Amino acid sequence: MNGPLSENVCSNQRVRETPLRRLLSKFHSFKERMIETVILVCGYLSIAIVALIFIFLAKEAVSLFATENFFEVVAGTEWYPISEPPKFGLVPLILGSLFVTVGAVVIVIPLGVGTAVFISEVAPNWLREILKPTIEVIASIPSVVVGFIALLILGPALKSIFGLPTGLSALTGSIALAFMAASTVISISEDALRAVPVSYREASLALGATEWQTAYRVTVPSAISGIVAATMLGIGRVIGETMAVLMVTGNAALIPYSVFQPVRTMTATIAAEMGEVVRGSPHYYALFFIGLVLFIITFFINLIAGMFLHRRT
Amino acid sequence: MKKRVILVVVVSLMWLGACSRGGSTAQSLSSVGQELTGSITLKGSDTMVNLGQAWAEEFMERYPKVSIAVTGGGSGTGISALINGTCDIAQASRPMKDKEKNALKEKGKEAVEFKCGIDAISVIVNPANPVNKVTIAQLSDIFTGKIKNWKELGGEDKEIIVLSRDRNSGTHMYFLEHVVRKGNEKGPEEYAPSVLMMPSTQAICDEVATNKYAVGYIGLGYLTPKQKALAVAQKEGAEFVKPSVESASSGTYPISRFLYLYTAGEPKGVVKEFTDFCLSGDGQKIVAKMDFVPLKVSE
Repeated sequence: MNGPLSENVCSNQRVRETPLRRLLSKFHSFKERMIETVILVCGYLSIAIVALIFIFLAKEAVSLFATENFFEVVAGTEWYPISEPPKFGLVPLILGSLFVTVGAVVIVIPLGVGTAVFISEVAPNWLREILKPTIEVIASIPSVVVGFIALLILGPALKSIFGLPTGLSALTGSIALAFMAASTVISISEDALRAVPVSYREASLALGATEWQTAYRVTVPSAISGIVAATMLGIGRVIGETMAVLMVTGNAALIPYSVFQPVRTMTATIAAEMGEVVRGSPHYYALFFIGLVLFIITFFINLIAGMFLHRRT
Repeated sequence: MKKRVILVVVVSLMWLGACSRGGSTAQSLSSVGQELTGSITLKGSDTMVNLGQAWAEEFMERYPKVSIAVTGGGSGTGISALINGTCDIAQASRPMKDKEKNALKEKGKEAVEFKCGIDAISVIVNPANPVNKVTIAQLSDIFTGKIKNWKELGGEDKEIIVLSRDRNSGTHMYFLEHVVRKGNEKGPEEYAPSVLMMPSTQAICDEVATNKYAVGYIGLGYLTPKQKALAVAQKEGAEFVKPSVESASSGTYPISRFLYLYTAGEPKGVVKEFTDFCLSGDGQKIVAKMDFVPLKVSE
């Protein structure tokens, strides 16, 4: 950190020290310190901003309980925010988010980890060079575009395949979200698999294991913490996604018992109702409470992911 | 080089900021000298977006130096924007609530209301659905989940997929009060939890166009040959009436409502010119062209 690049260059080339050069190097180290300070401030600032967001959310969310009973909100089964009296039961919304997320995770884990194993263990070099960047591009597709395609193509297809009454279902949302989370899961899992030392594979192969045995007995278990972290980050992406689920899940606030039913997720509820809500009303605070619940869930998911990622190194 | 890029970004951000603030400064920019200039922001009802756009295009053709931005989102969204000062005119398909009027009053402004047309809310099904007519009581039962199967209405033995707009929509509120609660605004009926809440009117149109067993409601202006409007009767034994400009203006179609424009305080300058235009004979001709019912103009 302390040795500026310019000094190294000077000593390497064995140039005689002149006052001008000394001044220049002083200026460089000053610049270096400036940049370090700026980066430091940015780092602390981002922590402060997260803390402030949390405080703001919590402050607004807690105001809900001036008028509503905590248990009626958390354990309530009906979401009628604009009725008289309003009902803010979160159970259908939490279950909605859970159904869509679990569905997406069930789809994305085998697919994502399998693809990662293929890219890192099986695919020849030239194919890997094509696959990796292509998959990473998927992450940059705007979610509204994914939602649009899911609405027009995936929904009607699922409807005719499974004979559903409507294509707007939790499953449609799950598949759309699995597609969006796949690139995160594949990319990070693949990095973890590549970080496994070659000597492990060589040792396994030398003992007479087949390539397949090596992959699932040696390489994948060694990279498991990275793979778990990749999955957790994927889940974080899925549970916070809004636009695609708002478009394709039907947004009916019922208590679902199957993935073929329409569901209303927490994120879609905030997006759909924030525009209408009167500032300072119980409904307004209830939406903030949903935001708080979401924030806490994603915070813990990222925390767990971070713990696993840390264990690897 | 990098500095220049940053400079460009900063300048363009500032320019964007200036643009987004343009709406609320409309009055101060307006009608300097002979030619009308300035900008107006309209926001609100999805039902009225196309109408607002048609008005805006005609108005901008007459006054090329005026720019008008029209966005949807729902009546509630538009009224919230009016209260927060981020739009000049709110388009609403329901009257403003007292709560909202008071919120505007707290900002020191009075809501000014203009009725600008009548809309017939059409209950739509897929053209392949054999059902052609319903009563208000049946509609209420469908949307509260008491009627679940098309055969109860004389259709096929299939589950009904019920579509509604989401809660930020004026149409959602109107339909709740006048159809689901059968006109008793404080009634106990609610949309069933199984009702699908669609994010836009277009989403309802699309789902009905592709789903043989779906039913939903839309503004008459959105009706195309891909959907079939049901004839509606006020009660059992009454005449079933199809929604149309004629049936809504004569008052025989039971679910029709006023459309509103709201401003914060008496409109001035270019905003006043625009509202005057909307309510004028020419403005009302556009209302009729967009499949809404024009109001009689007293000129």
